[in-house]
Amino acid sequence: MLEQSYYSKADEIISQHGRTQKALIPIIQDIQSCYRYLPAELLSYVAKQLGINEAKAYSVATFYENFSFEAKGKYVIRVCDGTACHVRKSTLILDKLYKELNLSKEKHTTEDMLFTLETVSCLGACGLAPVLTVNDEVHAAMTPEKVSALIAKLKEEEQ
Amino acid sequence: MEYITIDTKRVPIEGEKNILSLIRKAGIDLPTFCYHSELSIYGACRMCVVEDDRGRIFASCSEQPRDGMVIHTNSKKIQSYRRLIIELLLSSHCRDCTTCQKNGSCSLQDLAYRVGVHAVRFLNNKKQIPLDMSSPSIVRDPNKCILCGDCVRTCDEIQGIGAIDFAFRGSETQVMPAFNRDLADTDCVGCGQCAVVCPTAAITVRTNVTEIWDAIGNPNIRVVVQVAPAVRVAVGDSFNIPKGENSFGKLVTALRIMGFDEVYDTSFGADLTVMEESKELAQRLEKNEKLPLFTSCCPGWVKYCENRYPDLTDNISTCRSPQGMLSPLIKDYFKDKDEAENKKTIVVSIMPCTAKKGEILRPDNFTDGMQDTDYVITTQEVIRMIKQVGIQFESLEAEAADMPFAVASGGGTIFGTTGGVTEAVLRRLAKDKSYQNLSNISYVGVRGEDSVKEASVMLGDREVKIAVVHGLADAGRLLDKVKAGEVEYDFVEVMACRRGCIMGGGQPPFAGARTKKKRMEGLYKADTMSNIRYPDENPVLLQMYETTIKGKEHKLFHRHMVEK
Repeated sequence: MLEQSYYSKADEIISQHGRTQKALIPIIQDIQSCYRYLPAELLSYVAKQLGINEAKAYSVATFYENFSFEAKGKYVIRVCDGTACHVRKSTLILDKLYKELNLSKEKHTTEDMLFTLETVSCLGACGLAPVLTVNDEVHAAMTPEKVSALIAKLKEEEQ
Repeated sequence: MEYITIDTKRVPIEGEKNILSLIRKAGIDLPTFCYHSELSIYGACRMCVVEDDRGRIFASCSEQPRDGMVIHTNSKKIQSYRRLIIELLLSSHCRDCTTCQKNGSCSLQDLAYRVGVHAVRFLNNKKQIPLDMSSPSIVRDPNKCILCGDCVRTCDEIQGIGAIDFAFRGSETQVMPAFNRDLADTDCVGCGQCAVVCPTAAITVRTNVTEIWDAIGNPNIRVVVQVAPAVRVAVGDSFNIPKGENSFGKLVTALRIMGFDEVYDTSFGADLTVMEESKELAQRLEKNEKLPLFTSCCPGWVKYCENRYPDLTDNISTCRSPQGMLSPLIKDYFKDKDEAENKKTIVVSIMPCTAKKGEILRPDNFTDGMQDTDYVITTQEVIRMIKQVGIQFESLEAEAADMPFAVASGGGTIFGTTGGVTEAVLRRLAKDKSYQNLSNISYVGVRGEDSVKEASVMLGDREVKIAVVHGLADAGRLLDKVKAGEVEYDFVEVMACRRGCIMGGGQPPFAGARTKKKRMEGLYKADTMSNIRYPDENPVLLQMYETTIKGKEHKLFHRHMVEK
């Protein structure tokens, strides 16, 4: 059970979008952007409020890569591993990030909840390959050196 | 007249919604996994692909017929497409056919043979997923799932529950409850309709056959069996007996050969239910409280009501189901004998139903804190047992069940189909016990396949409004109306499965429209052929009410946690 404030927030978001079944995705998107993840309890709660089967809501939430039931870090780094980025050595970028942030394929988020590292299949910016995003900010033509500088800068901003 | 051409044959379009129906009308049994006439069209399995005269290939289930179309169902291209689809399905499918529950009745196995796949070129590199054994009724084996979605749509569209759905996507897709919970922790009521439509063994009925053979083999145990009404018109399906024919007598013989000590008819329990439930209805009508009275013989429905409409559970009859009444009575009957012979009696019931496996575990169905029915096996399981022994079922001589629980009214027998409980209760409450009145009651509107049937009868000077509903999604819609005050009833009969127990989750699968109708007719025929039509004219039962049962009605026949 989450704190009551979570449910009040969900109610607020639901009332913004209307209590209709088609509003499920925008509602859970808003919840996710509010908490940086989609708390499982809230998905069940929203499903109930909208009159959707819990299993159906879970089906929707797991279909889209974007939704996460795990809490994410403050900075979500998405490394593109689409064809264009891959041939321009996005793997090296990813490896560098794993090393810098002490993460792995199984561990996506740093202990201090500062960074979450994900790969995506294509960001649609192949001309800028290899590309990554930090939250909504795009970083083009990345190299392992630029990655180190970027992480150092973000860490510095936090102090 | 508009028509299409199917493999050189002209087929008129007579309101068919898709080409697949026309192909089947033309006499070609095109294979499908995901097409069921009572479900929405999903178009996932691609087995029904056909080619038109322009070489276009599409799924015939989701394509509307248009005048002048030319369809090829078996071109070279189509043949190789179908083979590849099956091969790909098999590539990630568990292939231990010989030890599979569904061996011999698996659609995937059947179609692989039909389309001619004799080897699979691809390696199965799918990870083994653990089985979900949490439910007393259903076993989920995701390793055998082909993602046709039949179970998902049945659970959602027909039963209105939606306990399972697809999760994740692409090669990771699986059918599972929300958050991959155990089935027992969902709203699943155990109706087993998902297992009925599942083409493979991804969802099967949990089986208790081994435990029963163990009991039969133990000389210190008296194994008593009771047979539900709907079983008798379906058990013959697997033994070349015409659909819907009453095989009760043959089944009794078979059960004796198998080693059961006593064979009883659950219809006797149904007669008891009628007696108790009509008493309850009369009381509630008199006091005008807790109306409408909901029937309680269907455990799937009872659980559904508890899950979704907890505020209406007081309206459910406190009566146990026919199985739930007969079992404690049997145990009571053998109590002294057991002590004298130093034996233990266990009750097995043969049911068309998978939810009954859960019902017997409910503490409100216990007597003196003890479970009354020890095991429930489904029609399909008893068929398997008969085959195990090698009994030539079709050539058996029919025998009668054992006294005293063999004498039952026709009213008890029709419990197995939708409207039957209501009809039996009306017979009980009718003052006029003539032959003419029987047929009057049968015409009040509770028979037939309509999803919601309404009727109104006069009891004394009171008009009693009745609704009969089958299929839980329709039941839910009806309950919403009752709650909103849009409709008013005094008595509502609910069966979780469409058409009632004759189409329960434990019945032999692949029942088409004709079989469904025949099963229903079979039960009504058994009723017409019965010497006793009115449940309250059952002499054995009346005598018991005067003697052995007297004063024990509440203890033996009602659910206890409800009566506070």
